Amino acid sequence: MSVNNPNWKPKIVAFCCNWCSYAGADLAGSGRMNYPADVKIIRVPCSCRVNPLFILRAFERGADGVIICGCHPGDCHYTSGNYYARRRLTMLFSLLDYLGIERDRTRVEWVSAAEGAKFAKTMNEFVETIYSLGENRKLSDIRCKKS
Amino acid sequence: MQKIGVFVCWCGSNIAGTVDVEAVAEAMKTVPGVVFSTHYQYMCSAAGQKLIADAIHEHHLDGIVVASCSPRMHENTFRKTAEAAGLNPYMVEIANIREQCSWIHKDKEEGTAKAIVLAKAAVAKLLHNKPLTAGTSAVTKRCLVIGGGIAGIQTALDVADAGYEVDIVEQRPTIGGRMAQLDKTFPTLDCSACILTPKMVEAAQNEKINIISYAKVEKVDGFVGNFRATIRKKARCVDETKCTGCSLYMNKCPSKKGKDEFNMEMNNRPAIYIPFAQAIPNVAVIDPEQCVKLKTGKCGLCQKVCTAGAIDYTQQDELMEREYGAIVVATGFKPIDPSPLNEYGYAENADVITSLELERLMNAAGPTKGTLLRPSDLKHPHEIVFIQCVGSRCDENTKRGKPYCSKICCMYTAKHAMLIRDKYPDTKVHVFYIDVRTPGKNFDEFYRRAVEQYGVDYIKGMVGKVAREGDKLMVRGSDLISNQQVEIAADLVVLATAIEPDPSARSIGTMLTASMDTNDFFTEAHAKLRPVESPTAGIFLSGVAQGPKDVPETVAQASAAAAKVIGLLAKDHLVTNPCVAGSDELLCNGCSQCEKVCPYGAITYVDKEVRGPGVREVRRVAQVNPAVCQGCGACTVTCPSGAMDLKGFTNQQIMAEVDAICL
Repeated sequence: MSVNNPNWKPKIVAFCCNWCSYAGADLAGSGRMNYPADVKIIRVPCSCRVNPLFILRAFERGADGVIICGCHPGDCHYTSGNYYARRRLTMLFSLLDYLGIERDRTRVEWVSAAEGAKFAKTMNEFVETIYSLGENRKLSDIRCKKS
Repeated sequence: MQKIGVFVCWCGSNIAGTVDVEAVAEAMKTVPGVVFSTHYQYMCSAAGQKLIADAIHEHHLDGIVVASCSPRMHENTFRKTAEAAGLNPYMVEIANIREQCSWIHKDKEEGTAKAIVLAKAAVAKLLHNKPLTAGTSAVTKRCLVIGGGIAGIQTALDVADAGYEVDIVEQRPTIGGRMAQLDKTFPTLDCSACILTPKMVEAAQNEKINIISYAKVEKVDGFVGNFRATIRKKARCVDETKCTGCSLYMNKCPSKKGKDEFNMEMNNRPAIYIPFAQAIPNVAVIDPEQCVKLKTGKCGLCQKVCTAGAIDYTQQDELMEREYGAIVVATGFKPIDPSPLNEYGYAENADVITSLELERLMNAAGPTKGTLLRPSDLKHPHEIVFIQCVGSRCDENTKRGKPYCSKICCMYTAKHAMLIRDKYPDTKVHVFYIDVRTPGKNFDEFYRRAVEQYGVDYIKGMVGKVAREGDKLMVRGSDLISNQQVEIAADLVVLATAIEPDPSARSIGTMLTASMDTNDFFTEAHAKLRPVESPTAGIFLSGVAQGPKDVPETVAQASAAAAKVIGLLAKDHLVTNPCVAGSDELLCNGCSQCEKVCPYGAITYVDKEVRGPGVREVRRVAQVNPAVCQGCGACTVTCPSGAMDLKGFTNQQIMAEVDAICL
């Protein structure tokens, strides 16, 4: 689909938990580990704060991919938040897949505060995947599109 | 409409190098709500902060966005700036345009465009911010130190010295840790026990310090200033208050096949034992796996000889609940098991030993009473090969060891080589090394003494194979400087094994929700500026639990951690995080879902009169205790009626950010 518009740049929303992944992203930054500017990070206290509605909203507003990063299982700052996130998002992703938003447009990754390199690698992979999938049109509200 | 000011920081060239800060400031002027936008070289400087304060006054700003480094760096700085200028500190949002923009992008156009989007998202969020007021919570003025090695002891002594109570929980029957096992310490060649045991005694005698040995922390909940810990004190089968440490039982115990952990399992000990002569508490312990009486019910010899009547085979584990204001992790390390590294033949050959085993072999209280004898035939070794970096500095992909440098091995090997050459001048000593790393006060001088004064033969290169041939160990390696293969017929081979965190560290980290790196070392709050604090408030790091260290560094860090603990315990009240959950009683349908997911038990249900447009009735509704809520937000997503929301990260705020990023 991206073939239609050669200047197309994907919009990618990354929800990062404050304690592990946001710190991991900061570490990727201070280590000057490059990843595409298409990724924009939203800080949340915990991956369990990510309401499925936020993800639906992102797709509705024209996001091409959404990734949620949290602490590794067992390492949640709030003990159990990432387990809730994992369950909720597994459900949501299969629903989105059913709606036509390919499974590869959504991803959950556990990135600790010490894994700057993993953060950058994950983002590079994810952006590449989104490029290969092209623009997402499902669910997006055409009234939200510019021109 | 709120009046918002945007402040774009250059951070010298850190941001301005890849982001056109002027263009960002200019673009932000057109964003609805923004009435003032500017840029400055260093927003965090006094001049930068004054610029912000002046703009708040001049333009009557309701909120500010600072586009700068990560909020983990300067969010607090700018909140204080705003507060001093009369603004609510929670009317501040940070757009992270350094770590998450300028530092990772090279193209200036791309970086500028992204910085604008990030700043717009911050403004979008800020438009929904509400002023928040922090509450306070009391501080329990007692400290828990997990681990009783030199790190834990030093932290405990310093905290106790400031007048606060400290509990040391040690998993082994005695405090002292790894340092107690060392023979001498570099670079002074002090006798390790001679400098450690006075500290152990001092800890035992300090009335503020309570040593809970042979115990483990089973559960911790609560938060900074208000932790609650459950400690399991394992049954020693010996009454600590009665035992005099006389050791009369030693020869009576019929079960003498226990592995002596203190001597690295190189000799045996009875089922009832005291780990070493200077142990604290100097109280015997019965190994339940080994004791005949506990296993079969028939024996009881130690009870017969004990004149103090201290032996109690029926003793049970004791569970203690204690409250603490601060927790220090001082769990220390263990050397790795080199058996999987086949080329060194550690598993097959008794005469291939680790450095810590050599330490015991050279110690007067060790299995050979301090005479250097090789384990297989108890003969004096005449040619010894040391191999460095065993399991350290390995390529992570090969899974053959640790990626990090264990830091202490170069120095202790120089020490071992020097001591052996000093005591047994007829012994030849070779050291295979990759690099010799001796930064530290008097360290390089020490290493050079080993080479120049004691004639230790350092060979740059790795060992490919250690194999037994007759009563010799053939060590085959390469000498990278002369570019030749070398073969040495050694009597004893010593492996400088990597050190790794104690196996208990992982579960303790999980229990404390203190983050760890991939090697299970505890992560510090900031690698450079907050090296003794965990990112989890109220948890402090002491010693090797945080990363490889030698004794002086460990002691320095232990005292630093103590200073941080004292700073915390000296406060009567702590300011709590106001970003907590809150329920809209009009929307709450009393389903109890939020109560179930709350990890802190902060949500309770009460019958309450609810008043609203057209509503006035008594209903069962959720209520959040803001002092207990930690602000994770699990309840907000679980709530089917959308009554629960999280202050500082409300649904509206996050949706606004999503919109700003996607549009």
